[in-house]
Order: sequence, then C-alpha cells, then structure tokens
Amino acid sequence: MARVTFNEDLCKGCKLCVAVCPKKIVKIAEDRINNKGYHPATVEEMDKCIGCAFCAMMCPDVVIEVEK
Amino acid sequence: MKKVFKRPESLTDKPMHYCPGCTHGIVHRLVAEALDELNIRQDTIGVAPVGCAVFAYDYFNCDMQEAAHGRAPAVATGIKRVHPDKVVFTYQGDGDLASIGAAEIVHAANRGEKITAIFINNAIYGMTGGQMAPTTLLDQVTATSPYGRKAETEGYPIRISEMLSTLEGAAYIERVSVHDIKHINHAKKAIRKAFEYQLQGRGFTMVEVLSTCPTNWGLTPLESLKWLKDNMIPYYPLGVKREVE
Amino acid sequence: MKGNEAIAEAAIQAGCRYFFGYPITPQNEIPAYMAKRLPQVGGTFIQAESEISAINMVYGAAGAGARVMTSSSSPGISLKQEGISYIAGAELPCLIVNIVRGGPGLGGIQPAQSDYFQAVKGGGHGDYRLVVLAPSTIQEVVDLVQEGFDIADRYRNPVMILGDGMLGQMMEPVEFGKRKPAELPPKEWATAGWKGDRPRAVINSLFIDPQALEDHVKKIYKKYKAIRINETRAECFNCEDAEIIVAAYGTTARIVRSVIEIASKEGIKVGLIRPITLWPFPAETIRSWAEKDHVKAVLTVEMSMGQMAEDVTLAVGGRKPSLFYGRTGGMVPAPLEILAEIKKIREGALK
Repeated sequence: MARVTFNEDLCKGCKLCVAVCPKKIVKIAEDRINNKGYHPATVEEMDKCIGCAFCAMMCPDVVIEVEK
Repeated sequence: MKKVFKRPESLTDKPMHYCPGCTHGIVHRLVAEALDELNIRQDTIGVAPVGCAVFAYDYFNCDMQEAAHGRAPAVATGIKRVHPDKVVFTYQGDGDLASIGAAEIVHAANRGEKITAIFINNAIYGMTGGQMAPTTLLDQVTATSPYGRKAETEGYPIRISEMLSTLEGAAYIERVSVHDIKHINHAKKAIRKAFEYQLQGRGFTMVEVLSTCPTNWGLTPLESLKWLKDNMIPYYPLGVKREVE
Repeated sequence: MKGNEAIAEAAIQAGCRYFFGYPITPQNEIPAYMAKRLPQVGGTFIQAESEISAINMVYGAAGAGARVMTSSSSPGISLKQEGISYIAGAELPCLIVNIVRGGPGLGGIQPAQSDYFQAVKGGGHGDYRLVVLAPSTIQEVVDLVQEGFDIADRYRNPVMILGDGMLGQMMEPVEFGKRKPAELPPKEWATAGWKGDRPRAVINSLFIDPQALEDHVKKIYKKYKAIRINETRAECFNCEDAEIIVAAYGTTARIVRSVIEIASKEGIKVGLIRPITLWPFPAETIRSWAEKDHVKAVLTVEMSMGQMAEDVTLAVGGRKPSLFYGRTGGMVPAPLEILAEIKKIREGALK
C-alpha cells in the first residue's frame, strides 16, 4: 500500500517523473493545466504504486510527497 | 501509512523559478535534506551566487547572504571567520565559480577555509541566455561559441575538481551527477559528507554536481539527462578527487 | 605614532576584530599592524588574494554582524568598488580606509587627493553614498576611526576614511579613548544562525522588481538625509574677518594653516574652512561664510586638478568668485605657492 501526492500547481510538466517510474503509472494530465500553464504530472492507477519515491527523488520542483 | 518522502524543512515554501526539468531543484533539495538530516539548519549560513541560482536565498530556509558574481567563497570566508562554529556553504554555478570567481575559489580552498562549496557544472551560462562557460565541452555550440568551442581559440574545458584537488587546504572534493536515481542518491551522500567534514573542522570541501540545462542546451529534460551521461561524464569523470583522512 | 599605525590601533580600540586586505603602497603599515595585533585580541587578519576578495570578505563578515574593516590605496580602492556598491546596497556597516596616492592608472606612490570624486560621488555603480571622513591630524585619525565605525553601525552604511600618504607616514603624539563609543542597537539583521527567534536573515542587494528596487533605494536615501542632518562636520578657522577663505581638507588643510600664519604677518586676512565630512559635504557652512561682506573670494586648495573645488563652487553659488589652486601626481603645494596665489586673487578682488 503506497500513495503519491502531487502538489500540482508547482509542477512544470518536465516529465522526468514519468520517465523514472518503474511501474509506468506517472502520466501527464492532458485534460487540465495548472496555474503555471503546464499539464501537471499525476497518477491514476494508485493501487499499482510501490512507494519507491523515484518520482519524488527525480522531481526538480519538490512537487511529490510519498506515503507508504 | 506514513510519509516516506516530503519537502525538507530546510527548503522554504517558495516555488522555484528554474526552467522545467532543470536539475538545480534536485540539488537544492539534496542540500536541504542533508541540512535536515544533520540537524544543522539553524546553525547554517548559505551564500547564493550570481547566475541561475541567484535566488537561492529565497529557497534555502536558513540565514543567507547574496554575493557578487564569483565572490561567494570570499563572502563565505568572512562569515566563517566571524562564526567558526556555524556551517557555511556556497552554492555556485560554473560561470560564477570557474570563470569570474576562479581566484576566490582557489584561494579559499588553498587557505583550507572550513566551508563547503556546492558547485553546479552544466557546461553553460544559463541565466544570461546560454553563453560559453569555462566548462563548455569542445565542439559544444553556445550563444558565444556558435561554431562549437574550439581548443585553439577558446581553450579546453576546465576540470575544477581535479585542479582544486592539488591544494593542501582541500579536505574533500568529489564530482557527482544527478542524471538518475542511483547517482542522485550518491550525490546526496557526498553533500552530506562534505558538511560532516566541515563540522569536524577538516578543511575546505567541495561537491561538483554535473547538471543539466535543457533550455540552453536545446534539449528536452529527458534528452538532457542522456546528454549529460553521454557527453559530460566521459570528460568529467565522477568520483572522489581528494579526501584527507 | 605613525598615521597608518594609529588608524589600525584606533580600529582595534573601537572593537574591530576583523581585517581583510591586500598589500599596496603607501598603506602597508595598516595590514602589518593588524596582522600582529589582531591575533593578540582574538581577532582575525587575512591577507586576501586580491582587493576584490578582501572587500567581499568584509561583506561576509559585516553581514555576519562583525565590526570589520579593510584598507588600501587608490588603485586598490578602484578594485574594491564592486564590493563597496554591494555593501551599500545590502546596507552593511564597515570601515574602508583609502590612503590616497597619485593617479590615474598605476600613477605614483606619493600623497594625493585625486580620489575625491571616487569617494564622494559614488565610485561604484548605482544610487548610493559613502560617508567620507577626512582627518587632518593623527589625533583626528584616531577619533574619526572610532566615530566612523559608530556612524557605519548606526546607519548601516559603509564609511570611508580618506587620507593620503603624508598623513599615513607622519608621526604625532596621540591619545586613545578620548571619544566614547556610541550606544548602538544589537545587529538582529545579521546572519548569525537562525533559531526562528527573529525573521530569517537575508543579506542581499538584488531587487528584480523595479518598484521594489525604487522603494529600497528611497529607503536608503531617507537614511542619507538623516546623515546629512546629523553628521555633517567642518572646522572653520580664522574666518571671522577673513578677506579670502580657503577651503581645504586633510593634509592640504595643514599646509593652509601655515599659510594663514605667514599671511597674517603680512597683514593678509585668510580663513580656512576644513570639511571633516567630505560626504555629507558642509555646503551650508561654506555658503554662509561666502555671503559675508568681508569675504572677497573663496579659494579651494587640493592635491588634485580640482575635485572638491566643484562642490565648493556649487556651495558658493556665485556669491563670490570661487577659485582653485592645486598640485597633483604626488606633488605637494608649498605654503609660499599658496600664498602667492592668495595675493594674486586679493589684488584682483581689490581692483
């Protein structure tokens, strides 16, 4: 059981978290833009998250919190 | 469930101004995590540079001073001599540290100033729009080396860590990278070790961090990580350059 | 005591414990004295790799809350201008000593006053002022060093002592501790480690938003207004019935005192206005004397091609003729040269 939380308004859509996720569950939310004007990163299939925190470690903007 | 990863206390809440995918943010976080882990945030004074990280004083949640271009090691020297019991670090880019501030970093290291320099090497001037840095690789195209850097006219890229490692005053110098998780984890250990060395009063410490500049390299953030790995690491080999036991 | 050594000892007596410098003639006795004395009182002396580094060490130490100084001579002071601008912008207190030598360029090593413009008109970039103190005797050197540190701390602004090689090398008896140190508030703005017991200290001169920068500069200028009101100083000597008033500072003012003596024996009434603060400039003092009927002309004497003379002329404001006599490049005007100039002016004025 693990969960990642994105502080979406800090996200700049650089996609480094998308690339680094071993479960390939981090996606860019094409359906919305944040207050910086970017499509933010998000996770929909949260049940697949293993809480490895790779996304958070790779994120240059400290957008992501991880719970396990 | 408990939080296994959250924003370190040593970072303020201020959103960082860096371009998407720029690894400055990763290094900021690593420095902040090291300060948290060593529980020294309240005893630390940072010095911000001129360049992309000029606003670092807004991001590090400790006392900070903003220095003139290249002068951070001299400013840090002044602070450390007044507060020898505090931890003092500089955060500098390659234009700041390796070009205009070359004298300051060499002599701070040579005096064995008990400060820690976090040196961001991304082979380019970012803030001013992608000009050639002393660390720009041969044949690398920049705004001021439009035909690629040539050794005959612009000289060779400077390996600062190797150069400083010849100085007796330097206690610990390591070059690390942040292009993947494994290297990010190692970079964190190196930064923490540099602070520990400073706490032990061993001498000058520096961690050179190979970083990306997607905007001025003209690559996506992901391509930039690969470019760093394929082009920078072969010329700037990772590892400990000096360590005094 | 030698002038340069008096500066150094006065700084130590004033509680200065940090000195960062770089060798240059004719001020080398100051760093040498500091290198010897500071370790004895628990202080720190560093011979930096350059004047640029030295002034930036001053920035760091001042920002960390210490009483700190540097000294140099003209070409070295030029190198420090970057740091001085940042120190003024970040509102940091410190003392900078300039033992002036002839210029421009490498110039010479003999005494001069040709750094007046650099000292009082800015020197570095941006809207800022240095408080510039110009002692004329070694005792005054001692007193103004103490006072300079106090003014720097009170207003959070750099203060410069403007001397020259003659003052630096001259020997006179001095008495320390004549001037009591000021009561000053603690430096809560300094970066000394943050326990959350005050706002986080950030020492900075960057204001990227133009409105914020304008507000910051206006705040600094409010301070400068207070400095003008509270700290402007000049000595007036023999002005009461003078026909000719000479404006001179530092070493030149000493020479003018001899001129006054010789002139009075010849029945020529000469007065001296000696600015002690070159910035803020005692324009009001000069103006009020220039208005008097008995004053026929004002003569500025400097070891330069006429720098302070511009400020004197502004202050005189066309009320009387404002003239200039000077020697430069390390040449020192002799009393008789100045007297000859005074006689010429007097004849012209009486015609």
